[in-house]
Amino acid sequence: MSQGKLFAIAAEFQTAKDLYHAAEKVRDAGYKKWDVYSPFPIHGMDEAMGLGRSWLSGLSLLGGIAGFTSAFVLIYYTGFIDYPTMVQGKPFFAFEPSFPILFELTILLTAFATCGGILLFNLLPRWNHPMFNWDRFARVTDDKFFLAIESDDPLFIESEIQQLLEEIGGAEITPIHEDLEEDKS
Amino acid sequence: MADPKASDFGPAINNKMERKPLVLNNRGYHWITEHVCSMIEAPVNFIWLLLTLVSGLVATLVPIQLAYQVSTGVGVWGLNNPVFWAWDITNFVFWIGIGHAGTLISAILFLTRQKWRTSINRAAEAMTIFAVICAGIFPAFHVGRVWYAWYLFPIPNSNVIWQNFKSPLLWDVFAVSTYFTVSLLFWFTGLVPDFATIRDRAKNKIRKFFYGFLALGWRGSNRNWQHYEKAYLILAGISTPLVLSVHSIVSFDFATSVIPGWHTTIFPPYFVAGAIFGGFAMVLTLMIPVRAIFKLHDLFTIKHIDNMAKITLFTGTIVGYAYCMEFFVSAYSGNPYEAWVFENNRLSLDAPYWWAYYLMFTGNVFAPQLFWFKKIRQNPWLVWGICFIGPNVGMWFERFVIIVTSVHRDFLPGSWGYFSPTWNDILLFVGTIGLFMFLFLLFIRFLPSITMFEVKAVLPEADVHCHPNLLKNAGKSDVESKKDESETVEAHS
Repeated sequence: MSQGKLFAIAAEFQTAKDLYHAAEKVRDAGYKKWDVYSPFPIHGMDEAMGLGRSWLSGLSLLGGIAGFTSAFVLIYYTGFIDYPTMVQGKPFFAFEPSFPILFELTILLTAFATCGGILLFNLLPRWNHPMFNWDRFARVTDDKFFLAIESDDPLFIESEIQQLLEEIGGAEITPIHEDLEEDKS
Repeated sequence: MADPKASDFGPAINNKMERKPLVLNNRGYHWITEHVCSMIEAPVNFIWLLLTLVSGLVATLVPIQLAYQVSTGVGVWGLNNPVFWAWDITNFVFWIGIGHAGTLISAILFLTRQKWRTSINRAAEAMTIFAVICAGIFPAFHVGRVWYAWYLFPIPNSNVIWQNFKSPLLWDVFAVSTYFTVSLLFWFTGLVPDFATIRDRAKNKIRKFFYGFLALGWRGSNRNWQHYEKAYLILAGISTPLVLSVHSIVSFDFATSVIPGWHTTIFPPYFVAGAIFGGFAMVLTLMIPVRAIFKLHDLFTIKHIDNMAKITLFTGTIVGYAYCMEFFVSAYSGNPYEAWVFENNRLSLDAPYWWAYYLMFTGNVFAPQLFWFKKIRQNPWLVWGICFIGPNVGMWFERFVIIVTSVHRDFLPGSWGYFSPTWNDILLFVGTIGLFMFLFLLFIRFLPSITMFEVKAVLPEADVHCHPNLLKNAGKSDVESKKDESETVEAHS
């Protein structure tokens, strides 16, 4: 089978604990472009990988502000500016009766921003990924754990990485290639 | 000195301190995948097929009744002066209330780190969504001319007039549509990693494409999990006030009016407690048979049923307190109209709807008191029976009592009336029950009904700092299924 460009060198691990300690060592070795794959989020893995905090919450906040503002503009513009109508002698605009809609739209747009954030920050959806070219990788959503150091990493030297993965307890060390079709397009 | 471990104090204390496992029989990751996916992959279960056919047939009542109602007029329902809100709004509030338990389990129990929620939250959230679908039918069609229902949304129209944003009915539109959308997003977000699991196991092309499409290319990368977990936390955080707001706003439909029996400040918390109470009873009603049919005893354990029965007891007692407080306030307020409604329209045995009031009280206040007893809480079919005939029926009657008994005797005896449902009212409600069951059964069969990745994450071996003693038997059941494990790998290569 002809293969595309080398994407990464990957190894399989049996338990979450093994993967966690392996990740700590890869982090300490100074690699930057690498990732671990697991069937569920592993508690503490972000620190073990040396990742900072996720700023997805910033996007959610923006969504919330947008929701609140749009609700305010909607209520204020329609009821106070465009067509003020006297209903039951209540003021054209007041915060008390506006609260439910201000609140609901804030929540709605926060939810949109948060779900959009998952897609945006993770660069999803995507049809394929080089990791899927490895047949053992199908078990990542079941019960196996993987670690892959990508070829874009500035410290990437194939033989060294093979050795490192072996030292940290990785099994089935395999080079992962990209699809040929992707290269053509 | 090293930190003391529980085992240093001898076996007796160790046994006492140990928490009950969330997944029984030392099931491992692979067993969970196999077992949950088998609900989707195994040949069709006969009981499932039968139930789906029956509920699907019953569900067809909804389009039939609505077609009849729209083509003939809203007068086919039993509503008439002075009772203009009856079964339609009763059913609306009933269904929307059912949904609240789903969001409570998925959001509030998540924020309070109740790990046992993991094996029931998916099904409970599905229940929320289907219940809100059923709820939405009623207010949309009770407007009468349903083709004008878009007037509810602020769309510029030829009358140049806008909606009244001070009206609780419009708040309702925003609350319910937001609730539905956010619940759907929350549910789908939770489903993505599990769709990926089914995708990676799929053996035929259609299934691979269908679940692969829904999985959005999820690959379990930790860089993805990091953002995913943050997003999930935020969604849980915003769903918590949302769920409390939705039923509060539904209660404003009544509370902001001046009708005696509706005009009370206790309504928002009382409605929310009632919604959670009715919703938990419905989760139990649905999940106990599912547990038996699909043999989920190791995942959905007695401990889960016990916990949910306790929540039902707690919220049922709050509801009972609210009922009594309503009485106290009606007497204490000195408002003769308010007192009249409670004494003569509800409590009195001469009241036209006295039976509805007593059914409500028995089902919602007395029935859950049985859950004080551990023996009852830990007997699944007894819990199922109590929930089925207690809270499920009682909560429907609660809404009926609030709505109909407050308006059927107007201020002047000359405009007193009595509401009886027509066959249309009845068949439409029965139809929504069929629709709800039908959607739920389809969900059980086509989507992973237990959150696999979350259940895996609460196993002891998923904790990287877990004490080795706890791991002695971890994943033992996976060894038994080693054989089919190698088959799976072969199939993929």
